[in-house]
Amino acid sequence: MEFKDYYKVMGVARDATEAQIKQAYRKLARKYHPDVSKEKDAEARFKELGEAYEVLKSPEKRAAYDQLGRGPQPGENFRPPPDWGSGFEFSGAGDGASDRDYSEFFESLFGAARRGRGGFDPGRGDPTPGDAGRGLDHHAKVMLDLEASLQGGSRTFTLRVPEIDAEGHLSAKERVLNVQIPKGILSGQTIRLAGQGGSAGSGAAGDLYIEVDFQPHPLYRPDGRDLYLELPVAPWEAALGASVKVPTPGGLVDLKIPAGSRAATKLRLRGRGIPAAPPGDLYVVLQIALPPAGDEKAKAAYRALADAVPFNPRAHLGVSA
Amino acid sequence: MRSVQDALTGEIFEEYAVLSVDELSRLCAVEPAYIVELVEEGVLSVTAVEAEQWRFAGTALRRARRALRLQRDLEINLAGVALALELMEELDALRRELAGRTAGAFREDLR
Repeated sequence: MEFKDYYKVMGVARDATEAQIKQAYRKLARKYHPDVSKEKDAEARFKELGEAYEVLKSPEKRAAYDQLGRGPQPGENFRPPPDWGSGFEFSGAGDGASDRDYSEFFESLFGAARRGRGGFDPGRGDPTPGDAGRGLDHHAKVMLDLEASLQGGSRTFTLRVPEIDAEGHLSAKERVLNVQIPKGILSGQTIRLAGQGGSAGSGAAGDLYIEVDFQPHPLYRPDGRDLYLELPVAPWEAALGASVKVPTPGGLVDLKIPAGSRAATKLRLRGRGIPAAPPGDLYVVLQIALPPAGDEKAKAAYRALADAVPFNPRAHLGVSA
Repeated sequence: MRSVQDALTGEIFEEYAVLSVDELSRLCAVEPAYIVELVEEGVLSVTAVEAEQWRFAGTALRRARRALRLQRDLEINLAGVALALELMEELDALRRELAGRTAGAFREDLR
């Protein structure tokens, strides 16, 4: 397994004080928190950071970790020494932050100290009393293509599910789920799959809650149940009006561009957004595309327009044409 | 590796869910008192009161869990969580607006 340099992960020196480590954690946690960060690998970085902090904030774990010395370099094959952990008692894993799943490296060092703990991101603390015997609800988050919501259909997700083995080690197991996507689901909504959460021996299984967000779409930009489409039009189409073909989730439609349209004009196609209940609208936002003055004929046409139309685009700046 | 099973069918939680304090606290794996704190801090809003019991819309689940994660992972108090959530929502709205504008500018550049 790979050796992890927790000091490097946190960007602190090996002789950093507890205060420095705490400070570094808070700063990086704000940067990479998956709820806050827009960085692509935020989730992985945050997990790594949490793990590093878990070790370095605890004097016992840090001392044990330091004892490994600088032997193996990050990325090298690593095995805990045979006398690993002797003389240390790992007792600090009490707060909610320790309910994450950990790297194999972490588990090999501190895994045994976490015997009996478990739960897949169960939030804070233990399930409230009163539902003893019922499996834990699991929560997951997926990125979904917009088409899945527009057309419905099934999608396959690979989720990491915690599993506690006979020795009490917590590890993440991959679970492949084929899910029928409810048509019209919106970004920020949750698919509830009854009975697909954690099992509890004889009791009823918990439920699985899948939070959905959309991947960026090449044409449409979703905003709630509405969709936005940028539509380039030629200057004469905007000025004179035109009927142009426009893609919509339901197929091509003919859209009438009113004469005298300006850039950023929004045309609403009612009910052609995300097919939720009620369905959203499709907003077509006009962009005026300029034809290039590529050859002499085009240049002559531009000059003719300049001669024919007195036009000062900078009038509002108090500048004459 | 098991074979891919028939597609599981679920519901959109937010479309039907009406949650009591107890239900919401169970889903978030916290004490009911914590949900009350979230309401008092303005992080969650009560959508209805039935028989003197608070009811929440399904959207409260994601919001409450988000608040919880922020509080736990970033070690900030509830007032800070409330502020962070508001600012993040504002940021999201601005990003959406910006996405529209840059998309337009980009297309003009292509020509």
